[in-house]
This record gives sequence, C-alpha cells and structure tokens, in this order.
Amino acid sequence: MPTPRPLSPHLQVYRWQWTMVLSILHRVTGISLGLGTVLLAWWLLAAATGPGAFAVARAFIGSIPGRLVLLSFTFALFFHLANGVRHLFWDFGMGLERHTARRSGWIAFLAAIVLTVVAWELGYLMRDGAAL
Amino acid sequence: MVQFTLPKNSKIGAGKTVPAPPGAKAVRTFRIYRWNPDEGGNPTLDAFEVDTTDCPMVLDALIKIKNETDATLTFRRSCREGMCGSCAMNVDGTNTLACIKPIADVSGEIRVYPLPHLPVIKDLVPDLTTFFAQYASIQPWLQSETAAPMRERLQSPEDRAALDGSWECILCACCSTSCPSYWWNGDRFLGPATLLQAHRWLTDSRDEHTGDRLDYLEDPHRLYRCHTIMNCVAACPKGLNPAKAIAEIKKMLLERQS
Repeated sequence: MPTPRPLSPHLQVYRWQWTMVLSILHRVTGISLGLGTVLLAWWLLAAATGPGAFAVARAFIGSIPGRLVLLSFTFALFFHLANGVRHLFWDFGMGLERHTARRSGWIAFLAAIVLTVVAWELGYLMRDGAAL
Repeated sequence: MVQFTLPKNSKIGAGKTVPAPPGAKAVRTFRIYRWNPDEGGNPTLDAFEVDTTDCPMVLDALIKIKNETDATLTFRRSCREGMCGSCAMNVDGTNTLACIKPIADVSGEIRVYPLPHLPVIKDLVPDLTTFFAQYASIQPWLQSETAAPMRERLQSPEDRAALDGSWECILCACCSTSCPSYWWNGDRFLGPATLLQAHRWLTDSRDEHTGDRLDYLEDPHRLYRCHTIMNCVAACPKGLNPAKAIAEIKKMLLERQS
C-alpha cells in the first residue's frame, strides 16, 4: 500500500497580506455585529422592563469593560459598513484592479477608525452637554 | 471543509542542514519542504546554504542544490522563464513561479514550500489532478453550432481584445492554491484559475455555447464560493485578474435573469 500523501501547508505558511486580513476582518466584524445586537436587545429590554433593570444595563455599558465592548461594536459597525460598500462596488464589477482594491481597502479601514472616533466624540459631547 | 490545522501525517518536522562549501560567497539559506514517499514519515524542512553568486532566481538555486548537493531534491521545472508554469511553488509565503522570483526580493532565509493545501507527491511536487479535472470540466474549447467555415473563424480586433487578460494564463495554479475558499472547498469550488478560463470562453465571440456554460457555473459551490478575498490577484505571477473575471461571470448570470 502506498504511503498516504501529506497535505501541503497552507494557513501555516501563507504570508498575511492586505487581501486576507481585510477579508477575515469583514467576517469577524460581521459576527461581532450579530453578537453585539444581542447586547443591544438586552439594553432595549432593560429599558422596557423598568428603572431597576435599566440601571443594571447602564452600569455595565458605562463601566470600562462595557465601554470597550461598545467601542469594538462601533468599530465593527463602521468597518463592516465601509467594507460592505466596497463589496457593493465589486458586485458592479468596479474597483477590482489590484491597486484600486488595495487602496479602497485602506480607505475602508481608515474610514472605520475616523467614523468610530467621530461617533464617540459626538457621544461624549452630547453626554457632557446633557449634564450642563 | 474548513480545517485550519494540518493532519497529523502532514505536520512538518525539523530536517537536516547542509552547510555551504568553504569559500562560498553570497551565501543564502534555503529552507525547503521535503517529503519522500519511499521513506514515509512526516515532511521535514531541510536547510541548504547556497552560494548564490550565479543564481539570480530561486529556481537557479534549486537547480544548483540538485546538481551539486542533493540530487534527490524533487521539483517541477521546464522553461525557466515564466512561460510554462511548471515551477509554481510557495516562496517566502506567497505563491509564485520560482524561475521569475528574484532571490534578492527575499530578505533573510528563503522558505520554499509546495503549492498550499494539496496532496504532496514528493518534495515540492503537489498533485494537481483535481485542479486539471476542474479545468477540463468547463470544456475549455471552442463550441459552435454553425457550420465550420472553410478557413479560420475571424474575429474583429475588438472581439479579440476582449480575450486579453485571460489567454495569458499558463495554468500554474498559483492563484487557485492561494485562495482560502479553494483551500476549504477545493473539491467543489472551481477556483480562480478555472473560473478565469470559464470567463475566457464566455467572452469569446466565436463560441456559441454561452448558455450551457453559464448553466454549469450557476451553482452555490462551483462559482459562488468566491468571496472576493483577492489573494488570487495578489498571487498571479502573470499579473492577471481572476477576481474581476469571476465578478463578470456573476454579472452575466444576473443579467440573463432580467
């Protein structure tokens, strides 16, 4: 009987590059949006349930770990949105050249960061405004 | 099926080290994947220290090792100028043709593996049976119902130009074996190389079987496992764009529904 052939290495040896990184980031952010929506539903349910339940939810979201979760959720939302627009152009057959796709990938990533910072800045401004 | 780790028999062990001969200049270390079916066991990564003075390309170094150090080193090669696609392999983490990959492009040790996620026949020679069977499945030849003319079938320069970007493909399999979707679903997803050729026959003005060809491709696995990761475009040593061809096929399928 011949020796069973080994499988050549793939993920173990393939160089991580912008193509793979952005694609996997799109998947990861998509999954985190799904999970984050559960938290959003919890927050809404708490608000509907009453002041006691809402105080618990509020305390969690206001805590440092809660804010980190919310920050990741915001970034996931904006990256998935920006990269989703990129995919939309691709579906029209546009922007598929190597250099264009590379540039639009960077734009999507940077846009997600900028939008996240802007959203949080606005959030803090509104909170401080409400306190006045 | 997605399996991120290698099967037990495929895990790579440490191999031997062959030092450069005394007086060698421009010494570079090549770490090369080895597996011999006659010996069995697991694959190893052997290190060869090579005098690269007369070796501009990675293939030159492989040939030098085979000629001077280890005649059992096994790899495919033929034209040594990027025309035949035989020496496709994974060099420094990306798929390319060893014959047109300059050693100077790689810093540090030069790691050489067979094309990813394929059964290995020996050393750097992978089994491409499935790859070529998939290529055959798209019937890559002219199919026409009109009676054959007495001379060649003419094309306008514009119709001929539509084939640019696909006829240059040498079927080296660099793109298909760079595609994570093809790694996980290579038994059912046709992969970028075959789909680029499918698009070549769809756009050929002389071909009259466009409908049949589209019917064959309209399948959740054969075509739609492409998620536009674009590794194929980054890998192609000929600078072609399978991702764009696949997007065009998807558009053609959508357009014929309306």
